[in-house]
Amino acid sequence: MATVSMTVNGKKVSADVENRTLLVQYLREKLGLTGTHVGCDTSQCGACVVEYNGEAVKSCTVLAVQAEGATVKTIEGLANGNDLHPMQAMFREHHALQCGFCTPGMVLAAVDMCNRYKKLGKKLDEKAVRHELEGNLCRCTGYHNIVKAILAAAPQLGA
Amino acid sequence: MAAAAVGAAIRRREDARFLTGSGTYTDDINRPGQTYMHIVRSPHAHARIKKIDVAKAAKAKGVVAAFTGADLEKDGVGGLPCGWQVKGKGGTAMIEPPHRVLATDKVRHNGDPVAVVIAESREAARDAAELIEIDYEELPAVADMNAALKAGAPAVHAEAKGNLCYDWDIGDKAAVDAAFAKAARVTRIELTNNRLVANAMEPRSAIGEYDRATGGHTLYTTSQNPHVIRLLMGAFVLKIPESKLRVVAPDVGGGFGSKIYHYAEEALVTWAAKKIGRPVKWTADRSESFVSDAQGRDHVTRCEIALDQNGTFLALRVSTLANMGGYLSTFAPAIPTYLYATLLAGLYRTPAIYCEVKAVFTNTVPVDAYRGAGRPEACYLLERIVENAARETGLDKAEIRRRNFIPKSAMPYQTPVALQYDSGDFVRNMDDALKAVDYPGYAKRKTDSEKRGRLRGIGMATYIEACGIAPSAVAGALGARAGLYESAEIRFHPTGTVTVFTGSHQHGQGHETTFAQVVADGLGVPMENVEIVHGDTDKIAFGMGTYGSRSIAVGGSAIVKAMDKVIAKGKRIAAHLLEASVEDIEFKDGKFRVAGTDKNVDIAQVAFAAYVPHNYPHESLEPGLDESAFYDPKNFTFPNGCHVCEVEIDPETGEIDIARFDAVDDFGRIINPLIVAGQVHGGVVQGIGQALLEHCVYSADGQLVTGSFNDYCMPRADDVPSFTVATNEGAPCTHNPLGVKGCGEAGTIGASAAVLNAVVDA
Repeated sequence: MATVSMTVNGKKVSADVENRTLLVQYLREKLGLTGTHVGCDTSQCGACVVEYNGEAVKSCTVLAVQAEGATVKTIEGLANGNDLHPMQAMFREHHALQCGFCTPGMVLAAVDMCNRYKKLGKKLDEKAVRHELEGNLCRCTGYHNIVKAILAAAPQLGA
Repeated sequence: MAAAAVGAAIRRREDARFLTGSGTYTDDINRPGQTYMHIVRSPHAHARIKKIDVAKAAKAKGVVAAFTGADLEKDGVGGLPCGWQVKGKGGTAMIEPPHRVLATDKVRHNGDPVAVVIAESREAARDAAELIEIDYEELPAVADMNAALKAGAPAVHAEAKGNLCYDWDIGDKAAVDAAFAKAARVTRIELTNNRLVANAMEPRSAIGEYDRATGGHTLYTTSQNPHVIRLLMGAFVLKIPESKLRVVAPDVGGGFGSKIYHYAEEALVTWAAKKIGRPVKWTADRSESFVSDAQGRDHVTRCEIALDQNGTFLALRVSTLANMGGYLSTFAPAIPTYLYATLLAGLYRTPAIYCEVKAVFTNTVPVDAYRGAGRPEACYLLERIVENAARETGLDKAEIRRRNFIPKSAMPYQTPVALQYDSGDFVRNMDDALKAVDYPGYAKRKTDSEKRGRLRGIGMATYIEACGIAPSAVAGALGARAGLYESAEIRFHPTGTVTVFTGSHQHGQGHETTFAQVVADGLGVPMENVEIVHGDTDKIAFGMGTYGSRSIAVGGSAIVKAMDKVIAKGKRIAAHLLEASVEDIEFKDGKFRVAGTDKNVDIAQVAFAAYVPHNYPHESLEPGLDESAFYDPKNFTFPNGCHVCEVEIDPETGEIDIARFDAVDDFGRIINPLIVAGQVHGGVVQGIGQALLEHCVYSADGQLVTGSFNDYCMPRADDVPSFTVATNEGAPCTHNPLGVKGCGEAGTIGASAAVLNAVVDA
């Protein structure tokens, strides 16, 4: 067992975990942040994507003990109070979610995609969005509206 | 009066919680004192269990209990029931071997559950499971249907001679033989409809809880139909009366059929929670889903179509092998019979059809309905053979269809395979799709592709499906062991808000929005005043759940029926308040009016009077405004459409690029076009997945080869294009009050055939 402390959604948190505990389990089981989902056991689906020290990371690929001192943002911390983040708002506007299970990871991956393109001074187009979504599976939407939503949010996020 | 909600692309109300991480999926729920269950599953496809010893595991650190099938049998726990009895040729009953919750005698597929460990944590349960000693005697296994039917093949069940579950047929064999004898031309095809894994993104999960004070059980589960689980598990497996069993299916992360069935894990957590006196939770790993969720499709078919010299279809003859897997899942026997062979007329006037189906047991994971369920198999078969016939006769692929379509004027149309279509304008759908795809411009696009060294092909699929299942009397006559109606309750509250309780269940479909649109218009109240409640057997009187694109057609119709009762009672209250006779009261846009006058009263005021009945017709009416209804459909609904796909293929690598995909669908009246389009997009990608990417593979001896997302190719965003989708509302359903047909499965039904026809064409 080890005590692991980090900053999650702006709050300092701490919990005792087994060495094998994954970051996603820490978030879900120790902190009750169940918005981050587990859709597979091979790091393929992307349902568990969170913002980890400023970058999108599959939280099933990080051990909780590795995350000591890290800054993490989950889907619960993305909106500003009742104001949805532009990516969340565009997902709603374009019906880019159905069952909602892949959505938190999808939204955080999309935000990260925009951040990276903004840094590079590049603009996203449909081909780039589809390629960038390689790490996230959705079984409901056929991706059509997810791509539309990301392309609608991207200019608002400088990408 | 607000603008009509029905028909508007209203943004979904459920999105607010899903976008902020506030949804409540089963694994998000934790109950006080909760324990965790790990299931030990067979690594073998077929083996005799000689001995299971859980003693060491039971004593391990953090372990609360360990159980085997023997413990369940001691408590009189029954097997998992099959919900459909198919009678084969000559009325022979299908073979229905026992399906134990935990295997005791033999294991029959990779992943067959044999023991459980319950512990203080997931990790402790998993660690202790390693200590369970199982002595297996491996037996020869069989995964392939043709191999399973051969003499001397390993017997999956002693009861099923030759591994045959049933040998069933439908249609007029003599008429078909006669038509083939005089045919000008016969086109033949042999097809495999490959096995798929549904892979809803949320893995299955279940939590059992027992309340010693009341003797009540609660099961939280990832189900598309909580009342069906209550019925099956309560009556057949655990013998718990409905009054003592609550089943909650909260937010569910996709189903596609795989969450219809009653699974062993639901019975295990419910039973064990009472046994140990603490809540028990189980959540599947994805690898576990691959070997424990019912899989889909898996047909091998030979088909022949007889044509006259003009390309008119004279007769169709079909022979199909359908894989049932190691046990019969809840709906399994119905899929390759009543949801498949009855659709073999397709959109065509083929006068004589005969189909025989052999259902086969193999040492593989059970097969049941997966999005479309039988109808994609029928569409794939028909549309492949129709395009082959077009090629062989030299007719254009649209022309051969046009010559054989059932005309709109022939509706209602009785097919030779039991169904009576009520509506549809097949020519218009095809013409619209051809226009959307710019069919005349195809030749130039093909030339352009060829100039770039690419092959190009175009393929079509027209389809019709039987949805809105089902008239209970018909389903019963065909072997269903349940009715297939839906229920609704409308509680109009004293202060003007409305709670709607529906037996339908949403797991991505957006009922909380579409059903609210229907109720807002029907009762003339603002949509924000309407709340939709589903997924809890303690709240909703009854329900048959969501599958087969039935929610709006059957569940929505039940809501309309309950609204009619609310309005009827409201008229009597309004008549009293307005001092008029009931016959003179009209209801429109939320107001009860005395006909021909401006005297009126708002429905909210009527509701208030119903609950504060100071001035009320007590002699003839009870207080309150709360009505419920059951709706049993008069017929199936028949969504139909035309999908066209163009592919470009790199002849060097074989890489297939979907250049465009256009769908025109007739779903009857559309409640929310945004949601309908979303259903088509998702369905089409599942169809493309089957055609080009997905394939569930077993080795000859029954080992699942594609048991993870590393091995099973799920469609990703860059595998598929964007689509154009459109709907025709010109031929609404004639027999339900909303005129709706359902849209959940259509994309999956049309897409596989359209894509593969395009590939063959290229």
